[in-house]
Amino acid sequence: MSALQTIVDAVALGSLFALVAMGIGLIFGVMRLVNFAQGELLTAGAYALLLTNDLPLAVSIVVMFATVIAFALATEVAVRPLRTASPAAMLVTTFAFSFLLQAVFLLVWGSQGDNVGILPELNQAVEIGGLRVRWVTLASIGVGALLLTGLALLLNRTTIGLEMRAAAHDFRTARLLGVRANRVIRFAFLLAGVLAAAATLMLVVQRPLVTPTFGFQLVIPALVGVVVGGLDRLTSATLGGFAIGFATAILGDVLPSGSRVFLPSVVFALVIVVLLVRPSGLFTRARTVVERV
Amino acid sequence: MNRLRGASELAGPVFLLALVAVLGSFASRSIQVEFRSALVSATIVIALYVFVGNSGVVSFGHVSFVAVGAFAAGLVSVPEALKLSASPELYPFIAGAEVGNAASLVIAAAVGGVYAFLVGVPLMRLSGLAAGIATFAVLEITHNVLRNWPKIGPGAKTLPLVPETSSLLQLGVGAIAVATIAFAYQRSRPGRLLRAAREDSAAAQGSGVNIHRQRLLAFTLSGALAGFGGGLLVHLLGSITTEQVYLDLTFITLAMLIIGGVSSLWGAVVGALLISGLNSLLAEAEKGIGAVDLPTGARLVTLGTLMALVLLFRPSGITGGRELTFGRVRAHVPRRFRPERAT
Repeated sequence: MSALQTIVDAVALGSLFALVAMGIGLIFGVMRLVNFAQGELLTAGAYALLLTNDLPLAVSIVVMFATVIAFALATEVAVRPLRTASPAAMLVTTFAFSFLLQAVFLLVWGSQGDNVGILPELNQAVEIGGLRVRWVTLASIGVGALLLTGLALLLNRTTIGLEMRAAAHDFRTARLLGVRANRVIRFAFLLAGVLAAAATLMLVVQRPLVTPTFGFQLVIPALVGVVVGGLDRLTSATLGGFAIGFATAILGDVLPSGSRVFLPSVVFALVIVVLLVRPSGLFTRARTVVERV
Repeated sequence: MNRLRGASELAGPVFLLALVAVLGSFASRSIQVEFRSALVSATIVIALYVFVGNSGVVSFGHVSFVAVGAFAAGLVSVPEALKLSASPELYPFIAGAEVGNAASLVIAAAVGGVYAFLVGVPLMRLSGLAAGIATFAVLEITHNVLRNWPKIGPGAKTLPLVPETSSLLQLGVGAIAVATIAFAYQRSRPGRLLRAAREDSAAAQGSGVNIHRQRLLAFTLSGALAGFGGGLLVHLLGSITTEQVYLDLTFITLAMLIIGGVSSLWGAVVGALLISGLNSLLAEAEKGIGAVDLPTGARLVTLGTLMALVLLFRPSGITGGRELTFGRVRAHVPRRFRPERAT
């Protein structure tokens, strides 16, 4: 029974990471940019919730979505000069963005952290067939599944979705065939913003203490998951995000309590092993990759 | 003649480092600390440059080697009783070890180099994003283990009362020695092979360069120098915790290297000294100098902004990634910071 309990929690954590991972994957798909600053979208959203804590819940959530999306679109403008840079150079640049935003948050709100008491009732547990599951766990899984399905439909059934997939596959050819590059890139950032906002809401309910590194703590494993899963396709990136959340939760339960403090080491060691065995990603199609070293 | 002009490229970095050490000796004791810490930063950034600059592969993991170097040098410099009071479970061979200042720095370099070699054997097969993430994983693992394994160090506690032997003279000599080693390496055959691989890995491989071996060599050397830098750091601070050698230091050293210009020794030195100076100035301004009184945290915001702007609009750094040359002919001019494309 407790094994099932662990699996439910692991799926919930996995869904949360998958949301962030999918945002990273979307942006990478259209412009080969790994966005380290994705986590700061979540932090900005959490601070938006903090500032609007006294307003009605619906207003607060709308403001939060608007803030996160605005931040996402601002990121798009900021990275425009980078479009021709190499992925590694872009990674370092967004790392700098991330650090800068954290410094700004630190300057404004300090490092102590503030409590955002939003939707505390979601933390109550509900009993399903002997399992005690918190509402927020169910909500995370539900929201995750809903958004991921919605996005899949959007990508596969609409024109802009088709354009995004074309751009992700071969950006230059897509442009030549009339795909509007700026629009596609902006749309990818917009979607990444929506995903980040949804993740913010779920995360704040579970961890109400908002600090300047609130989102950074989540984006590191998600980012690692994305690379481990494979950046080539959106599905593999999302699966990678899910896998790292799932594996972290499972390992956290399996490890003997004495060595649980070493959980990050175990997870990251696993990451290194996977990267060595499959440098292009765990969930990418098996094909002969010519390693340019 | 060519050799002479080549060696003259080392003059700029050495002069600048010596200048900082000399200027520092005129400063009052409280301000002198800033000069000393600038020299330590320069040492660490040069160490980082040896790998990142020559190979073009980004490493988020070098502070791991600084960390193990700092703890190694710190642990062998503190008397046994003191160590055991900070961490009673310490392995006897660590608890019992006590050596002098110079030996502790040698140990720091050795530990850093060995650790980098062990990590590098598997990791140097990776490139691009995978290498970035994997080196980051190394940083996380190192931090996590150092923090939670009381048998090899003080764990989450502070290692106190490390002798503060990092004088201006020692730091100046140390930084110049590290710069000289870095320069000798980049002029040597292995250094040139690695730089060739950075510019065009396929062509380099076609010409018979074993890229894995060359990267591993640079990584190990770089790790040893970073460990040495860690040793200098711990003797400067007088105490150390795992948090001091973690994300913030990773960011600041990378920022220094990138702002200066990642593909030249001159860039590494200029970046490190410039940002150290700015950092000290801003830290003073946060405390208030004259009419200027910045809020706490403005320092990090300024540095972050500067790094982001340089990366966006001058990705090759303020020196353009060139060595400082005298005369008309430039010996070898790496055009810009261009890490290899991810596969």
